[in-house]
Amino acid sequence: MSIKYTEDHEWVKVDGDTAVMGISAYAAKQLGDVVFVELPEVGRKMEKGDEAAVVESVKAASEVYAPIGGEVTEVNEALEDAPETVNASPDGDGWFLKLKIKDTSDLDGLMDETKYKAYCEGL
Amino acid sequence: MSELKKTALHSQHVDLGAKMVPFAGYDMPVQYLLGVKGEHLHTREKAGLFDVSHMGQVFLTPDDKDFSTTAKALEKLVPADIQSLKPGEQRYSQFLNEDGGILDDLMISRLALPGYEHVLYLVVNAGCKDADYAHLEKHMPENVKVSVKDDTLSLIALQGPRAAAVLACLNSDVEKLTFMTHADLELKGTLDAPVWAHVSRSGYTGEDGYEISAKHDDMVRLVEELLSYDDIEPIGLGARDSLRLEAGLCLYGHDIDTSVSPIEAGLIWSVQKNRRSADAGYLGAKRVASDLADKTTKRLVGIKPDGKAPAREHTEVQDMDGNTIGEITSGGYGPTVDGPIAMGYVARKFFKAGTPVQLIVRGKPRPATVVKLPFAPHNYFRGN
Repeated sequence: MSIKYTEDHEWVKVDGDTAVMGISAYAAKQLGDVVFVELPEVGRKMEKGDEAAVVESVKAASEVYAPIGGEVTEVNEALEDAPETVNASPDGDGWFLKLKIKDTSDLDGLMDETKYKAYCEGL
Repeated sequence: MSELKKTALHSQHVDLGAKMVPFAGYDMPVQYLLGVKGEHLHTREKAGLFDVSHMGQVFLTPDDKDFSTTAKALEKLVPADIQSLKPGEQRYSQFLNEDGGILDDLMISRLALPGYEHVLYLVVNAGCKDADYAHLEKHMPENVKVSVKDDTLSLIALQGPRAAAVLACLNSDVEKLTFMTHADLELKGTLDAPVWAHVSRSGYTGEDGYEISAKHDDMVRLVEELLSYDDIEPIGLGARDSLRLEAGLCLYGHDIDTSVSPIEAGLIWSVQKNRRSADAGYLGAKRVASDLADKTTKRLVGIKPDGKAPAREHTEVQDMDGNTIGEITSGGYGPTVDGPIAMGYVARKFFKAGTPVQLIVRGKPRPATVVKLPFAPHNYFRGN
């Protein structure tokens, strides 16, 4: 399962017609200590680029955008009690939500790991 | 935009790995390697060192060397009783405009140094200082000299339960100071040459601690010395904000500004009883008196969101029927409380602790409760 990244530092992993998404280690580090994640309701339909979640760090609230379009099939409810998981494991246990993919062409133009690493180094 | 100003400690911040941000015209550390939460908790558990040299430091000196000349002049601009200040005492007050709105809040100290007891030393906010200096120049009588010391003096805060023990290694006299008193003394420790400093037992975190003023070069040496103690970590503006919010202390430009009076802001404790009448003789006295008598004005209160979602500044506050009753002025996450905390204004009839309210966060109403401030208990040293 390959991982793809957006310029806004969301990641998405595709498994069949389902995608799981979260925020990158780079984003988690920039945000600092995450204290709350507002996740959408299961069943919500979103287009690529729509606001998918809000992540609150000690200092500020930041929007997280859908890297691809689809319908929310599951959200990471463990983040409610343990938002710090986003810092501890941003691309593992700190995942945000799962989507039923609407159109795989949404993945076009997203960066692979090598490209994203270079992109972050340039920031 | 003009270039950002740098404090004398700027290169130390950079060397310590600080993330620097523009703040009130200065390039200031918002956090160091520990991060906001780690720095906040370290300050409450041990002690933190804050560079607050961006704040304004001003001396008021009367030509006739009579303290009452300075005190009476400043009493025309602030609600606090200044004439009763004894040498070595410090008071918190506000500059008010004619309408009683808050122009800035400040610390006022009467020097204790023999031969200088007629001098008042003020510390004002960075973002307001140029306006404050102009305000002082305009209103101080000709026989009271206004001396701004930003070009020569730095200012740091050392805050937390270990602050006194560490600073006592540099001069044990600092342990004798009680909350809101100060002294001018030499700090030595392992320093090659002592640092002459103005040390007051006060701060902006709710913890015991000190605010220390010294000449720029001396401060660089002093900070190096203080940071050599394991108990002391450098703390950025991020944790400074979360610490003061947990302590229920107002931040100018957010919780207080020209749109509110000291009474609405819950600062009546800083207006001594003999200064509460409309004819007390300072700018804004009428408003202070009328807000005291009028039971309908809004009030600044603590607000505790029930869940985990923080409610930030400008969040709408509603009563349980959905009517707008106020607004959050400071809100975020309190690391010591380990949850969201906020302050804001509500209509007077909702200001009692325990009143349920709702906060509109991203369009959704979320339950919250009006609470007594502070969120984290004050640990000031008031004497043994």
